[in-house]
Amino acid sequence: MAPTDPLDDFIVAAAEALALPIEPAWQPAVRAHLEVTLRFARLVEEFDLPDDAEPAPAFRA
Amino acid sequence: MPIDLAEATAAEIAQAVRSGETTALAVTEAALARIARLDPLLGAFTDVTAERARAQARAIDAARAAGKPRGALAGVPFAVKNLFDVKGLATRAGSKINRERAPAERDSPLIERLEAAGAVLLGALNMGEYAYDFTGENVHDGASRNPHDTSRMTGGSSGGSAGAVAGRLVPLALGSDTNGSIRVPSSLCGLFGLKPTYGRLSRARSFPFVASFDHLGPFCRSARDLALSYDAMQGPDPDDAACVNRPAEPTLGALERGADGLRIAVAGGYFATGLTAEAQTAMSRVAQALGARRTVELPEAQRARAAAYVITAAEGASLHLDRLRQRAKDFDPAVRDRLIAGAMVPATAVNRAQKFRRWYRERVLALFDEVDAILAPATSCTAPLVGQQTFRLDGVEMPVRPNLGIYTQPISFIGLPVVAVPIPLAPLPIGVQVIAAPWREDVALRIAYALERAGVAAAPKPSL
Repeated sequence: MAPTDPLDDFIVAAAEALALPIEPAWQPAVRAHLEVTLRFARLVEEFDLPDDAEPAPAFRA
Repeated sequence: MPIDLAEATAAEIAQAVRSGETTALAVTEAALARIARLDPLLGAFTDVTAERARAQARAIDAARAAGKPRGALAGVPFAVKNLFDVKGLATRAGSKINRERAPAERDSPLIERLEAAGAVLLGALNMGEYAYDFTGENVHDGASRNPHDTSRMTGGSSGGSAGAVAGRLVPLALGSDTNGSIRVPSSLCGLFGLKPTYGRLSRARSFPFVASFDHLGPFCRSARDLALSYDAMQGPDPDDAACVNRPAEPTLGALERGADGLRIAVAGGYFATGLTAEAQTAMSRVAQALGARRTVELPEAQRARAAAYVITAAEGASLHLDRLRQRAKDFDPAVRDRLIAGAMVPATAVNRAQKFRRWYRERVLALFDEVDAILAPATSCTAPLVGQQTFRLDGVEMPVRPNLGIYTQPISFIGLPVVAVPIPLAPLPIGVQVIAAPWREDVALRIAYALERAGVAAAPKPSL
């Protein structure tokens, strides 16, 4: 099946690069989940944080 | 009048066993008989450890006969979500794949601590596969069914835990809560559920999901039972890297203080949007009973939920990557497809979500300078039907599975302690979250106890 758009292309390429087997029948659901997750990721990324913002988990040696 | 063993709370059972009114073995046999009769309707149990339970019960009765001290949970039957290690059982975590594992060689520390207090383990409970679920449905073991209407879902992923306690099979069950998996089923099944502060209860020898957010905690039918079991399970554990080295802080003795002197506010904004009439009614009753007139805004709660979603997807995928590569067809398809998508989330997104998490934590903790507890809905609606794929959320048709936890996710995201309290609406109950500052489980439990004493919160009895 020919990829139909950039996100489908990304899923096919990422699956191959990560050695994750995806059957064609699974791809619409994977795509739907990835779309939601990337939309949520954009919502987080749009929030301005200073360059020195630390992630929540802080490693202590 | 003899004690009603089905309806009795854990505290009442322990008192009856300690006083000799009944025996641990009689309590155990009665619970096993209820499981045999009702579990075919509820699908709560995946393993019943009857012989182990009888042996434990006999030991408790022998100790009493010998005049030895009995624990605070003497003879109390309990069961655990099947992601807890139970010696002799494969820890299946709701999956087909994990049931091929070798049987666990040792119990989870929370089971050990409850048994040390005299509780009697009756078995392991159904759950959504690998805990990536808010419905309580399981493609391998069948759905957990809501005791108040068995055509409806329990909520998940700790569905069997809620079904077993609401269905009066046991008075106490343990579950896990990563994004809401104790609080959502507590709401849909009408139970008291405690998600403690992140790092408070040991997660050692339990199957993980998202290390950043995984919590364990109890389900009960009274606030007192939550305190009783929570107190028995507290304490450091070097076997869990996230478990803090902090002494136990018992809560049971504080309950009688109720909500006196506590400053309680209602969460506005995000948490006041998308509620059904039932959720609004529940929130109003609780706020009115507590005299909570102030509203506070948890800043950027929607973004917090989004960040929790991103971290969950990526950490969940990381945990299961090898299984996805080798055993993809053995997963529940609904879980598999989410995990595969999670493996494709850029690392930059996860890192930004963790940075946002720190920002959000600081802002929310600042609210606790002004208030002692915050009220929020636990779910937007009462229990959907088993198999229901979508529901209406704020006028928009949305998938059920990822969206039942929209009000719980922004709270577990920063590890705050929460008691879900049941509001017994007819025909179905619904829950409210009582949220406190870190390590102030006592505050949330006092408020839950006050609501119970006022007749506002109660775990309704199903007509099974």
